[in-house]
Amino acid sequence: MSEAIPGAGWHPIASGSDLAYRHVFHGALAGREVAVWRADDDHVNVWENRCLHRGVKLSIGVNEGFELKCQYHGWRYANRTSACTYIPAHPADAPARTIANRTFPAAERYGLVWSGEAATGVPEIPGLADADAFPLRPLPVDAPAAFVAERLAAAAEAIGTGRAARRIGDLALAFTAGVPGSDDPVAITVLVQPLAAGRAVIRALRHGRPTADAELEVLRHWNGVLTALRDAIEAAAATLAPAAPDAAPIEPLPAELADLPPAAAFGRRPALTMRIAEKQPAGDGVALFRLEPRDGVLPGFQPGAHIDVHLPNGLVRQYSLLNGPAETTAYLIAVKREPQSRGGSAALHETLRVGDLVALSEPRNNFPLRRDAGATLFLAGGIGVTPLIAMAKTLALGGRPFAFHAFARDAARLPLGAELGRLGSAFRPQLGLDAEARSAAISGLLAGGSVGGTGGRHLYVCGPAGFIELVRAQAAAAGWAEAAVHFEYFANARPLDRSQGFELALSRSCLTLAVAPGETIVEAVRAAGVDIATSCEQGACGTCLATVLDGAPDHQDVYLTPSEKAAGRSIVTCVSRARSARLVLDL
Amino acid sequence: MAVRRARDRVALDLWQVIGAVEDVPATGAATTVLMEETLAVSRGPAGIAVHLPETGEALPVLLRYGYVWTSLGTPPAELFPLPEWAEPDRRNLNAGTVGVHVSAPRAIENFLDMAHFPYVHTGILGAEPHTEVEDYDVEVSDSRDEVLATRCRFWQPMAATTATGAIMADYVYRVPHPYCAVLYKTCPAEPHRRDVIGILLQPVSEERVRAHLMLSLIDHDNPDTVLRRFQQTIFGQDKPILENQVPKKLPLDPRAETPIRADKSAVAYRRWLRQKGLTYGTIPAAA
Repeated sequence: MSEAIPGAGWHPIASGSDLAYRHVFHGALAGREVAVWRADDDHVNVWENRCLHRGVKLSIGVNEGFELKCQYHGWRYANRTSACTYIPAHPADAPARTIANRTFPAAERYGLVWSGEAATGVPEIPGLADADAFPLRPLPVDAPAAFVAERLAAAAEAIGTGRAARRIGDLALAFTAGVPGSDDPVAITVLVQPLAAGRAVIRALRHGRPTADAELEVLRHWNGVLTALRDAIEAAAATLAPAAPDAAPIEPLPAELADLPPAAAFGRRPALTMRIAEKQPAGDGVALFRLEPRDGVLPGFQPGAHIDVHLPNGLVRQYSLLNGPAETTAYLIAVKREPQSRGGSAALHETLRVGDLVALSEPRNNFPLRRDAGATLFLAGGIGVTPLIAMAKTLALGGRPFAFHAFARDAARLPLGAELGRLGSAFRPQLGLDAEARSAAISGLLAGGSVGGTGGRHLYVCGPAGFIELVRAQAAAAGWAEAAVHFEYFANARPLDRSQGFELALSRSCLTLAVAPGETIVEAVRAAGVDIATSCEQGACGTCLATVLDGAPDHQDVYLTPSEKAAGRSIVTCVSRARSARLVLDL
Repeated sequence: MAVRRARDRVALDLWQVIGAVEDVPATGAATTVLMEETLAVSRGPAGIAVHLPETGEALPVLLRYGYVWTSLGTPPAELFPLPEWAEPDRRNLNAGTVGVHVSAPRAIENFLDMAHFPYVHTGILGAEPHTEVEDYDVEVSDSRDEVLATRCRFWQPMAATTATGAIMADYVYRVPHPYCAVLYKTCPAEPHRRDVIGILLQPVSEERVRAHLMLSLIDHDNPDTVLRRFQQTIFGQDKPILENQVPKKLPLDPRAETPIRADKSAVAYRRWLRQKGLTYGTIPAAA
């Protein structure tokens, strides 16, 4: 492959005007099919034209503005990151693995969309300003790209002003041409897109945009010239030996995507380093941080996800992402300055400044949002608005019904007012209620109960522990099914009892360990060389959940629901222990 | 053993469907293609006969479930059982035969799949927001050498021509033959019984099939045209999806595509094909 123009490896693959909003363009480059789509924020995505799930072409999918929806099973893939954000067949689960489509570099310049497997920098055409480029009608040709470029160069003298064309690369040339009815010649740059073996597209640019009145005439003129050239090239190419068809390259998936999801296994260690790009007050002692990736690539996330922030003082804190599907250039987190801070929120508020780097974990989602609810009710107390805002933005973009009630003493005590205001009429502040009035308001909102499930009513609650306990108790009293009530605690305020030791067997690792009084399961397991994913390490977030095969767990977390605790099939290993002398886990 | 264009002995030795009995012409011969071989099908004094015009070789014939079956190799004595077909009050018919530019195993997986109902068969076999695929059971039955998925449930706005409203439809899926699958689903007219629908794939080549849509329904009201139209509407919605799958052959390498829990039946089907050593219409896993 040639380097057509400075900015190595770039080839034009579409006209910018081919990428209408909410459309997916079916393109190809050097034998590889690509799905090309413009997000509502104008970012152009060039992805391998194949859903990782069952191989269906993404070019027949639906561009939902900030997500591309596969036509076959409705899987959503995020703008920019291409990470899978939602699998409708399992609406209650976050996609367990980082499923992301193969993406290629993309640039929009000179009215064309450019890509290339190894493209770097920006495509540059000598002597052409971006705003002056006028793309002519692209013409597909049944001939190899190099052959097309060669023939075009040879013909340019005849159609131009008599001067030879200037080759600006194997697959690009420039010449000047006379224009009917005008004395001024115009400069033309022609780029040849290698489509597949023996097939190419002639993409020509006229230097200088014609006036609106003349546009159609200019397009017609050049369409005639280039069509005649195309016909001559195809006639000449008919004598060539037929090109061997390129086998569509299908890259193997990363091994972790090849089978049904395994139990996640990664310790609490930072995976990313990001730059604090913005830090702004957002009401009630809350600071809003915008964390940008240094290489421009933001790992995928879903509504409800949180990240661990590793602070300079060695503390690790969890913060929910505020990002909706439209926000894929930076992570947004809101940090409340806790008066009794042990150094976590204080470090973020006082020590870290714009421009500083922070270490983060990849996003994890233990608070997934169902997008199949008939109605969704969000109840937030204080800074508990954060994960719920991300969820509400997602439902709003998808046109799904929801109501968002945020409780605070007064408007000044309501964090993230600007973000909440953008939710429109679905946002209902509940201000200045005393304990009794608040309880009555919640009771009114929960009236009628819910059986949950697909199409049913679902409740998401986040806030201080007392608020969550109140909402959960009232929901149970109002007849809400436990599976319809989704909650996330900031912290586990329960006193922990670590006085008993017990025997711990890990069935998959074939290990039997003794967990000493004062030691946690996670500590004992890690000491034995088996990794286990953790995040909050206090029984609130659910990252370290494990399956119990035998024995009676002593649940000390606030993550599992009462019926999950009663069933005894899962255990939050960072805090919970055993009531039986022996506990067997599927680790 | 005669030389065949296809090399896969496992597939050659199967009974393969080549069309509905009623579509065999009364006089003269119809031609069709099976695994790249052109066949002639005709009615003779001894019943329906199949031969290869190229060589004159006569092929074995079996008439089962309203269809003509033949084999390019040495087939077993009998085809898979389908006892429901013999029940006297069932409407047994071929709902249609449709050419599809895809491999037979891809079409089988689509037939086993519930998660696509809300997106591909919107308003008929599914509709958002009812997208959840609840956990179901899959096994490879030892006694009958078939993949069996049971306890499958899905919310359906119009499960059949007899439906009067949305129901939670119960399904059982069987794959009794590498290129044939049968489903049993709640019959809205008689909820204690099951409608039976089969997809019988005639592999024309590794990447092309003729899909024969077999119905064995409990419906005493609707004429054949209505039953056929319903099934053809459904399959007409699947066809463009199938023809946009890349690659067209089913990849058996686990690293080719990423499954989720809802795909348990497809995971079992791929494993079953690997165990059988069947390769025609697949991309075998690297050894």
